[in-house]
Amino acid sequence: MALSLFLQSLVNGLNQGAIYALIALGYTMVYGIIRMINFAHGDFIMVGSYTLFYTVPLMINAGMPAFLAVFAAIAVCVAVGVAVEVIAYRPVRNAGSMSALITALAMSVFLENLAMVLFGASPKSIATIFTLPTFQFLGATLQLKYLLTLGIGIAMMIALQLFVKKTRLGKAMRAVPQDKEASVLVGIHVNKIITITFAIGSGLAAVAALMYCATYPRATMDMGSMMGLKAFIAAVLGGIGIIPGAMLGGLVVGLIEIFVKVYIAPGWYEAITYGILIVVLLVKPAGILGKNVGEKV
Amino acid sequence: MPREKKKSYFINFVGVLAVFLLLAALFESNILGSRTNYVKGICTTACYTIIMVASLNLLTGFMGEFSLGHAGFMSVGAYASAIFTGFLPETGIPDFLVFLMALIIGGIAAAVAGVLVGIPALRLRGDYLCIVTVAFAEIIRVAFCNFDITGGGRTLSGIRSLSNFYWCFWVMVVCVALMYMYVRSRFGRTVTAIREDYIAASASGINVTYYKVLTFTFSAFFAGVAGAIYAHYMTAMIPTNFSFMYSSEFLTEVIIGGTGSLTGSVIGAAFLSALPELMRQFSTYRMLMYSVVLILVMIFRPGGIFGTWEFSLARLLKKGPQKKKRTGGVVHE
Repeated sequence: MALSLFLQSLVNGLNQGAIYALIALGYTMVYGIIRMINFAHGDFIMVGSYTLFYTVPLMINAGMPAFLAVFAAIAVCVAVGVAVEVIAYRPVRNAGSMSALITALAMSVFLENLAMVLFGASPKSIATIFTLPTFQFLGATLQLKYLLTLGIGIAMMIALQLFVKKTRLGKAMRAVPQDKEASVLVGIHVNKIITITFAIGSGLAAVAALMYCATYPRATMDMGSMMGLKAFIAAVLGGIGIIPGAMLGGLVVGLIEIFVKVYIAPGWYEAITYGILIVVLLVKPAGILGKNVGEKV
Repeated sequence: MPREKKKSYFINFVGVLAVFLLLAALFESNILGSRTNYVKGICTTACYTIIMVASLNLLTGFMGEFSLGHAGFMSVGAYASAIFTGFLPETGIPDFLVFLMALIIGGIAAAVAGVLVGIPALRLRGDYLCIVTVAFAEIIRVAFCNFDITGGGRTLSGIRSLSNFYWCFWVMVVCVALMYMYVRSRFGRTVTAIREDYIAASASGINVTYYKVLTFTFSAFFAGVAGAIYAHYMTAMIPTNFSFMYSSEFLTEVIIGGTGSLTGSVIGAAFLSALPELMRQFSTYRMLMYSVVLILVMIFRPGGIFGTWEFSLARLLKKGPQKKKRTGGVVHE
């Protein structure tokens, strides 16, 4: 019994963690390039989930596999992400980190309230996306879709890492945060690179929305803000701006949350997550995989 | 105190008194008829919102750091004061004294929380500090959802209704005046220096952490006072009221009003807390509109509507270059 509970918690924790990791990847991408916390990133998940709410039944009616709806979600999220970047973030980019942060916060509030106006405050339940078998393993129920979430997370992480490290575009992405002016001098279109980064980040949010909705099939207007905050914690924990760090951080946060919920104090698990963030930021602000960098005067 | 200064304080006090008498006449003469209590309620709401927004402006405008967890300090003040008045039996102590004690206890509780949060958190700056304040506010919320004494996640109701508009108005005036004096004092100038360049400030011998924690605590104290007014006005509350969204609403009001302008905070908070009541049928669009305005302000006027400009009655009367702001009261004109 104890072992099956442990295994079950481990599986649930990994699943939860993989969802956080998918969101954290998007955070890390954007932060890595423009050094700005995109508060609206969590709300892109919300946008993706509402898109899935409308497109999954369409896919099922058309006789196609439901998960193909994710492509519609990716398209919508990318469009929203790029629009947010171009309309709101670009004009304030040179005004300092404080303005950027406030604009991001405002964008998050805007998206949430727009969703409330458009879709109402009541939660929408999303049709079943995956019909995959479940296994019994030492008394624990192992759902195949959990493995799928983890697999997609790891695949995304590897693909992103290769993209950023190996391609020309990726190289430009790494150059921009190091020195914006010098990047312009060597012929990098900084604005274009940032927009592409946002597009990738928002596309990842749509994938995260798919996996989130496969586990918790409901969309609400405020689902994004707290999810986003926890995914951000995951990104910071792993070392913000570092792609494998986001994966690691996501899994750690997911596991800690589920284990605290099951074994220690069910009412306190959120407090523990935030507590971890505080401790990490105070002890090693660069995160688990990060390197400490001194500040230029 | 120089005579000039004394005189301008006096002029400003007269101005505040005039606003107060005007409002009192409005309510007492029953011109508004059956809506008197409703309007009074809005004005009380405006009072505690002004204190909250002004206290947040101390951090955002004068110290240049944000807190996105100010509602957390407000909840500490609200719960501490509500528990205090709950334990106090209804004996001969006049209501006004009980109210004052509740405010002070709420403020002190929040200030203690401010020190506890500030010492570790203020080693960080910018966006990391912002995230840590959110985290602390969430921890406070989770804690209040779990403690029995705070209702254990259910509504804490039956708080004595003590927040009467006339008292709240003066509390607000005193709070804003104190904050204004703090900003213009030696401490305030030091904090502004830290905002401008913390490395240069620490090189000239300023203990950066000490002044930051001091300002943070000062700000948290007033958030606690506002929380105490809130608790004794609403008479029932639940920890989830003091969410991340509530904090960001205050920050929105600070930024729209003008970072670094207490006048902006006072006018902004009063206007924005009256606005939803004036247009009830658009209530779903309220936050949508706030966010659009906020984005527009950030793009076109990053300093906020009032920037760092301060209203001054004395200057208005003299038309001289004398610097003095009328503390509070500008609200309802």
